[in-house]
Amino acid sequence: METVTITMKNLPTLYLEADTISPDAFAGKTAAQIAELPAFEGNVPTTLGAYFTVSGSAGATAADTKIVVKGDVKKVKYLGFKMSAGELVIEGSTDLYVGAWMTGGKILAKGDVAAFAALAMKGGELTVEGNAGNYLGAAYRGDWRGMSGGKIFVKGNAGSDIGMYMTGGEITVGGDVDVHALTHAEGGKLIVKGNAKSKLGGQMVEGTIIVFGSIEVMMPGFKPNGEVELEVEGTKAKFAHFIGDTGERHKKKKGVMQYGNLYKKI
Amino acid sequence: MSEYIIKNGHVFDPVQGIKGDKKDIAIKDGKIVDKVGSGAKVIDASGKTVMAGAVEIHAHIAGPKVNLGRIYRPEDKLFTCTPTKGMERMGGGASIPTTFKTGYEYAKMGYTTAMEAAMPPLFSRHTHEEIRDTPIIDEGAFPVFGNNWFVLEYLKNHEIENAAAYIAWLLRVTKGYAVKVVNPGGTEAWAWGLNCLSVNDPVPYFDITPAEIVRGLIEANEYLGLPHSMHIHPNNLGNPGCYETTLDTMRLAEGFKAKNKFGREQVLHLTHTQFHSYKGTNWGDFESGAKEVTDYVNKNKNITIDTGNVTLDETTTMTADGPFEHHLTGLNHLKWANVDVELETAAGVVPYIYSPNISVCAIQWAIGLEIPLMMKDPMRCFITTDHPNAGPFTRYPRVFKWLMSAKARNTLIDSFKHKDKVLSQTSLGSLDREISLYELAQMTRAGPAKSLGLSAVCGGLKPGMDADVAVYNFNPDKPVANPDDIETAFSRCAAVFKSGVQVVSNGDIVSNGNKRTLWVDVKVNENAQVARDISEKFVKYYSMTQNNYEALGHHFVPNPFALEVDATQV
Amino acid sequence: MTKTITDVICPFCGTLCDDLEVVVSDDGKQLLEVYNSCVIGTEKFLHSQAKDRVTRPRMHQEDGSWKEVSYDEAVEYTAQMLAKAKKPLMFGWSSTNCEAQSVGNEIAEISKACCDNTAATCHGTTLIAVQDIGLPSCTLGEIKNRADRVVFWGCNPAHAHPRHMSRYSIFPRGFFTGKGQMSRKLIVVDPRCTDTAKMADMHLQVEQGRDYELLDALRVALKGEWLPDVVAGIPAEKIREAADTLKSGRFGIIFFGMGVTQSLSKNHNIDGAIALTKDLNEHTKFSIMPMRGHYNVTGSGEVFAWQFGFPFSVDLTRGFPRYNPGDTSTIDLLTRGELDAMFTIGSDPGAHFPISAVKPIANMPSVCVDPHLTPTSGVSKLHVPVAFNGVECGGNCYRMDNVPIDCRKVVEPPEGMLTDEQFLIKVRDRLKQLKGVA
Repeated sequence: METVTITMKNLPTLYLEADTISPDAFAGKTAAQIAELPAFEGNVPTTLGAYFTVSGSAGATAADTKIVVKGDVKKVKYLGFKMSAGELVIEGSTDLYVGAWMTGGKILAKGDVAAFAALAMKGGELTVEGNAGNYLGAAYRGDWRGMSGGKIFVKGNAGSDIGMYMTGGEITVGGDVDVHALTHAEGGKLIVKGNAKSKLGGQMVEGTIIVFGSIEVMMPGFKPNGEVELEVEGTKAKFAHFIGDTGERHKKKKGVMQYGNLYKKI
Repeated sequence: MSEYIIKNGHVFDPVQGIKGDKKDIAIKDGKIVDKVGSGAKVIDASGKTVMAGAVEIHAHIAGPKVNLGRIYRPEDKLFTCTPTKGMERMGGGASIPTTFKTGYEYAKMGYTTAMEAAMPPLFSRHTHEEIRDTPIIDEGAFPVFGNNWFVLEYLKNHEIENAAAYIAWLLRVTKGYAVKVVNPGGTEAWAWGLNCLSVNDPVPYFDITPAEIVRGLIEANEYLGLPHSMHIHPNNLGNPGCYETTLDTMRLAEGFKAKNKFGREQVLHLTHTQFHSYKGTNWGDFESGAKEVTDYVNKNKNITIDTGNVTLDETTTMTADGPFEHHLTGLNHLKWANVDVELETAAGVVPYIYSPNISVCAIQWAIGLEIPLMMKDPMRCFITTDHPNAGPFTRYPRVFKWLMSAKARNTLIDSFKHKDKVLSQTSLGSLDREISLYELAQMTRAGPAKSLGLSAVCGGLKPGMDADVAVYNFNPDKPVANPDDIETAFSRCAAVFKSGVQVVSNGDIVSNGNKRTLWVDVKVNENAQVARDISEKFVKYYSMTQNNYEALGHHFVPNPFALEVDATQV
Repeated sequence: MTKTITDVICPFCGTLCDDLEVVVSDDGKQLLEVYNSCVIGTEKFLHSQAKDRVTRPRMHQEDGSWKEVSYDEAVEYTAQMLAKAKKPLMFGWSSTNCEAQSVGNEIAEISKACCDNTAATCHGTTLIAVQDIGLPSCTLGEIKNRADRVVFWGCNPAHAHPRHMSRYSIFPRGFFTGKGQMSRKLIVVDPRCTDTAKMADMHLQVEQGRDYELLDALRVALKGEWLPDVVAGIPAEKIREAADTLKSGRFGIIFFGMGVTQSLSKNHNIDGAIALTKDLNEHTKFSIMPMRGHYNVTGSGEVFAWQFGFPFSVDLTRGFPRYNPGDTSTIDLLTRGELDAMFTIGSDPGAHFPISAVKPIANMPSVCVDPHLTPTSGVSKLHVPVAFNGVECGGNCYRMDNVPIDCRKVVEPPEGMLTDEQFLIKVRDRLKQLKGVA
């Protein structure tokens, strides 16, 4: 694996759209070529080199390429956009669209990530050591095909609207989640180690939600369904089981009605 | 105005019976002429195919349901928008292009006239705003009549003269082009959540049947002598077994003869025939009814059809057949939009994915091709995708490829997961006919123009006609190495002229031209009864005043082209 | 002598009443009386006659005072501002006509700007919900002629759309509704006991912020499934009774407003309401319609959509259209410091936005096109007053049910004043020169 290090040297006045910061865009390029990759500050076309110093060189393919992003990137959007392989390490907090539309590879965000991270994720891994914003792993506006694969792990808290229209993959949140997690989900799994607010699993067709902490207000469409013992990430515990959203449509598989499953630790 | 000479191309013009001869086409002052002076700009068309500009007879490209589709499908534009480039405005939309993009895409494929298939009269200002903002191509719009309260009430008592007077009034106040009928009676039933699935199902409260509506509108259309015939989307669209309803609908035209001064010979135009040619009783035994339908049309020469080809894309369905869209969302659970329009009609919108690996979709695709291959008279069968319902209009070159190359069709059939079903449930596998360029010109130019009553204006290259000309990088003398070359050649013209102005050069837009809005201006005798009925309904039932309904100022239709009809001496 | 102009369209709210009569002086210069309108509409027309109207552009000086400038100078400032900005926003558009909106779009395209309308703080959440789940709807005449179940959810038409109930939704005797309000059952969902709620056959006083749960409960009730004893402060029996009332009708409509579009859950509330409407269509005929506020915010959405593909929060900075509220939407753009120029027209963000979004406007080059003195004009660098659209000039507008009605000019604007469209055309032409575009 070859590593490219880019370091913020020249903060944008507005925000920088850097959708070329991905192993796929860097693959096969030298530092000088990487510095020439296009970026935008508002409507002004620019290059990565105008904002970052670039050192190292990329691997021949995305899979062989690791990118380390240093410095203040709180006003940089689209890090890891559409990446399919390789690694991306973001040392500080950053802005919108981290790993949006990614299909593979690994992203480690050591700080916070803002809204729309891992939008419509298809594969790969996103780890956030800080907090994640709203719309983590959600679908793009209007699309009924949301996150379908891959793993997201957030050490801190996550915002609202996470996993909207999720169909597959896994999201684990070490802290709390805000309102409207897994709205309209048709598959996939969410684990919340902390507390959930309200509107959890609203309009869910299928999928799994596991909450270790409290749920502020339950959706009325989640019907109590007894208790189960589950092993979740090495922890064995008793959970209250709810099925729902009973207000939503559901289909039968082999004669058995499929619901979303919500587990709340007792 | 400029003079041009398109030299040395292989000309295909069914209006003059030219089948590929090398001929020069001369353009002067917006018209095709016999010859031009030596100062004329030369367009070298050697080794190229030259046809009149193509005529789109049925597409959903302008108006409230089209825009509802745009508004509610941001994902239709994700990552696929086109930037501002030279004189081209930015745009987007894979299945529902924005208006600027619509004009450019049609023009680049050599289309110069297009008809918006269904205009709800209450919203005509919206339709015209979008038509105005669609560059280059001439457009007209068909107001819908088949669920209109005035029409239902007049035709229940067979008041043809009154129905005709109302039609004339509505065409004028909406600047409409033709009598469009969608799911007759069924869409009014839909306002109560009901439907009419056969031509004999009575409409709730109005107590008239679709058969009476259709026959009455054919009669009124011929009474007036309009340029186009009644244009119908029959009841029971899209259901296995619907071919029976289609035959019942077409039989309603028996005995009627076209009466008009525009050269039109049909009294009924059946649209997106593919959706109306299904046999079987459910999606399991679903099979093609193309033979039964085309047999009937082949025998009955007072009917024209368009195909409604499925292109196997993710697209958006949108139609005034409101109940059908509700039925479709029940099947695929995708987002459903619906608008019921007071006194007039309704519309529904649902996204749809025609996947080649779903047997039903593959059979639909095959039916769409069987129909034109089984039609004997290319002057009565026109190629459409009912854009965007069966696929985006930008796929026309692909449809041409499938029609012109059996190899292309068979290669695709071989790749289907359910190839065996396509072969067993349709007869496409045994059809080896390949459409010729001349037939293509009939099916996309001369035929639709004649059906629309525009045979003197466009669809051909006869001197005196509008200089709408398309030049393709396709050499008829060279054997086709790869069928994909057909698709490539018909996707981007070498040159396109619209009303004598060059609008496309080497696949790029070079001028917006001076597009016109085509509409039909019918003079009828004063009819006090109808005038009173109209004003009464506005006072009592409409949510808008009559004066405001009738307001269609110049800023909506800046460049009108009216076809004049005098129906006062009937 | 006077003349009476009939079929006048009121340019204030989304009800877009088109039956007004306006009496003007014979020379067409004075507006004297307005008939048939509500108080708000009447004032819209009459206040155009104020003697102290600002009739020429003014530039904000360093010391806070205002200096009158010519329209040409105003055009120059605006064009220069848009030409130089890296990320300008052209906001508002909701109180002007489609013709002006269209010229605005040309300008936004040439200057590679963001453009947005008042839906951003209003029914933008409705549009997001429609994009996620669709919209079973109808025109207002269908309500008049057919509806026997009417729901006002999170809206108060008695105050905000005063003639709505008499023209369309409660009182009219339509083709199938000859008994007028006696043909209809009204359900109002509102935490408050409003004047509209006082008219209801059933008032569900939903707990604030729990509309989403109540909507879910109604869907659950329709399916006959288990419900907890109380949802959103409403007992389960009452919820089941409401569900039965809705499904026992033959044509129902849900109207909704800011109570659900801009409270907790926002677009999800509307999504839930649309899902409920869809479910009701399994039992009977049901539609849903947003109570649009500004008289032509709907039109702005339509024009954005047919020209750029999206109905609001459109970003053209990359030379092609992009859309994602949260990123491309006005409040976010302002509060996150993404913009370097602000152009406002046909709206008053200064009055309606959070203060954290208004402050940045004061700190950047900014233009406010508005006949009035507003909080927005107060913080902008340039204020350009224009003729009142729908009063002093005509132009197409779209009603809350998307029906287009061409507004009329009834009276002349003050001497020498431009309309929105005229001003924008000058800006566009100057901008083209600056950018070297044909």
